[in-house]
Amino acid sequence: MPLEFFLLLAAALFCIGIYGLITSRNAVRVLMSVELLLNSVNINLVAFSNFLDRQNINGQVFTVFVITVAAAEAAVGLAIILAIYRNRDTVDMEQFNLLKW
Amino acid sequence: MTLADGVQLVSTLILAAMVIGAALGVVLFDNIVYSAFTLGGVFISIAGLYILMNADFVSAAQVLIYVGAVNVLILFAIMLVNKQEVYSPVPRRWIRKLSAALVSAGLFGLLTVMLLQTEWLPNAAQTAPDSTVILIGEHFFSDYLLPFELASILLLMALVGAVVIARRESIVGEDTAIVGEQPAPVLELPERPREPVA
Repeated sequence: MPLEFFLLLAAALFCIGIYGLITSRNAVRVLMSVELLLNSVNINLVAFSNFLDRQNINGQVFTVFVITVAAAEAAVGLAIILAIYRNRDTVDMEQFNLLKW
Repeated sequence: MTLADGVQLVSTLILAAMVIGAALGVVLFDNIVYSAFTLGGVFISIAGLYILMNADFVSAAQVLIYVGAVNVLILFAIMLVNKQEVYSPVPRRWIRKLSAALVSAGLFGLLTVMLLQTEWLPNAAQTAPDSTVILIGEHFFSDYLLPFELASILLLMALVGAVVIARRESIVGEDTAIVGEQPAPVLELPERPREPVA
């Protein structure tokens, strides 16, 4: 498999994630779309590390850092969703106009 | 093509199809629980792709952290905010969906053209290292030492922050102590009692 195949796969996953991020109404699904975006970036990093930099695998080290930050992001994001749900009694993204003038 | 190459090719294609299909399921399913489970499918398939790209440590970390922690966390969040609500219709929402789809497709086309036109120089002569775990560990404790330590601080802050944000509203600052009663302990955040479920 050439490098371009994995890059195309990551690009497709990224675009699906972008679409879900924009159109979802459920706040939890927005977080899932963010996870899709982070995973597509991870595929890119591992593919570059495997095809271009096999001896010292810097891309895999970066991937581990991205996974760490993604876990922290998921925890804090879900906590924020829980807090908003407790205040607003909904998870509909259209109702979240707290920061809208 | 040897047998090993054939197996690698076929499994790569199957895993890629699973990734794309499950990701579409995450975005397009109406039921959010189905989305969470297909998200687990995306993570597992990506872990398989990592193994095919000689990244065994990252693959194990992907299974442990994404499937074991993040996906379970998302399922718990779905259970905690489990409210069968009918979203109020928004006028001309299909325009937004259509434009989002167009933007995503355009972005995909742009990326495709870019990465097919770029001439990558794969370094096939290099051999994969014997153990990626040893190499990653050496990186963590030499040239990536500062990000490694910062990641631990970030995880601690995320842990404490998630607990503070997700807890029920605390009643610090209100006059809760009645005269003659024992003062509240200093290192304790009193919180409102949970309202009975209607």
